[in-house]
Amino acid sequence: MPATPLTPLRVAVTGGTSGLGLALVHLLHEQGASVAFVARHREPVADVARSHPGTHGIVGDVASKDDIYPIALQILGELGGLDVLINNASDLGPVPLALLGDTACEDLERALATNVLGPFRLTKALLGALAASAREGRGAVVLNVSSDAAVNAYPTWGAYSASKAALRHLTHIWDAEISEQGVRFLSIDPGDMDTPLHARAVPDADRSALKRPEAAARELLEAITETLVTNGTVA
Amino acid sequence: MTAGRLLVVDTRTGLRHLSRERLVDVLRSGDLVVANDAATLPASLHGTHVRSGEPVEVRLAGRRSISTDTTDFTAVVFGAGDFHTRTEDRPLPPALQPGDVLALGPLSATITGIEGHSRLISLCFSGSPDDVWSGIARHGRPVQYAHVQTPLALWDVWTPIASPPVAFEPPSAGFALDWRTIAALRAHDIGFATITHAAGLSSTGDVELDTRLPFDEPYEVPVSTADAIARTRTRGGRIVAIGTTVVRALEHSAMRDGIVHAGRAIATGRLGAGTPLRVVDAILTGIHEPGTSHYELLRAFADDVTLSAADEELSANGYRRHEFGDSVLVTATGH
Repeated sequence: MPATPLTPLRVAVTGGTSGLGLALVHLLHEQGASVAFVARHREPVADVARSHPGTHGIVGDVASKDDIYPIALQILGELGGLDVLINNASDLGPVPLALLGDTACEDLERALATNVLGPFRLTKALLGALAASAREGRGAVVLNVSSDAAVNAYPTWGAYSASKAALRHLTHIWDAEISEQGVRFLSIDPGDMDTPLHARAVPDADRSALKRPEAAARELLEAITETLVTNGTVA
Repeated sequence: MTAGRLLVVDTRTGLRHLSRERLVDVLRSGDLVVANDAATLPASLHGTHVRSGEPVEVRLAGRRSISTDTTDFTAVVFGAGDFHTRTEDRPLPPALQPGDVLALGPLSATITGIEGHSRLISLCFSGSPDDVWSGIARHGRPVQYAHVQTPLALWDVWTPIASPPVAFEPPSAGFALDWRTIAALRAHDIGFATITHAAGLSSTGDVELDTRLPFDEPYEVPVSTADAIARTRTRGGRIVAIGTTVVRALEHSAMRDGIVHAGRAIATGRLGAGTPLRVVDAILTGIHEPGTSHYELLRAFADDVTLSAADEELSANGYRRHEFGDSVLVTATGH
């Protein structure tokens, strides 16, 4: 396996059994990173771990407060520390998409729990490990997966949109507060991809016009690598 | 967590009361603060001693390696009951023998040795390290304290800087640090570095076993921390340890040649009155009862007159004495 800048890195990915998350796990595994991934259902977690030997599959729901520390415990125990956290798991809100006037409060709550509170809680639980990595010169990056819906007001995307806008802003504030300690935060919109989430949002989309999640995964990892290099942590 | 009080104990300046948020005010530009970044395991595991069918509580208490992929631990075993009963009053476990199996929720462990006491065993979990992590994450609970009303969750026992989950009880002096304080250190040109030290149980509730505390504890000093310590000392800055575990690790590392070495080792022995401090100039710690190993360690920093004067001052002013309580900063005499 060729040495790449990501070889020595310890990376955790949430929502790692489908769509962009799965593509990230696949690519990181291929590049020789040490990977832990999180998803809600036991079967797909076991399947992805089996097809990517050496990766660490963790069953848990980032939207559940009680799952966060058990997830963090397993990530840190199984990787021995953490350099990169990718908060990728996302909830679409109401399916099919709905006008805000027709959106159940519970659907908005679930989107906020998965897309805002989950990444916030998990980041907080793992911040000590990320800062340790930065102090040891390994670098540390938190990538929060964003969306153009975080900045544009698309009708029927309200719950998802509001949650992604909050996540994006949270990301920028994290970065303003703690980048001086070497932990960098990135908010990146990977574009419209051919993923299960997109299919639920836009069932009749022309899939051939959508970006492949593998291509998006490659771009995200390039951004992470570039951030580590800029911060002087990857030789 | 920082809404606490701080008693500054320094034989040259006397005793001083501060709000703990003002920790940075008693440090100097060029000092280095060193903390223990170990996260705390949910080390209490309930289950059954399979041979006798009796209920047991296993408290993981020690490890041979700082590595997170170990499945071998030492543990203290209690009989029926839980933390609502004071550990002193807990029944002994059934008679334990090497080879016995303990069924602990999703985990299974085999006793590999009895360590010179009927409650103290070494054990090995079945399965891969990932299986063991998943089992501990689902089934383990933090070790509870009689003085805390509601059961502690994992988020209560991780310090803000918690990283590798290798400690059995929280390195609780670290609760005095929050990210605002860490940023303030930086703003005042005070360094911040960490070591990882697998803090063991501070008390087993068994008088005889407690005389053997602290158990041997593995630790790791990162290269960046060893370098920062060397630079600080060259420039005449002070090394301020956050907690007894940091003192134990750094002084063990420097035992041979006075230099803190990067890498992994196992801290052995007890520090106390007369132990020379080769590296650490001051310690920030919680408030410990005379007679405990934590208190004993403070006697390496200050004489008994000074410590008992400090103790009276703490009592007179109602300082909170426990893992989540107030703090003292003790500067070593002559440092």
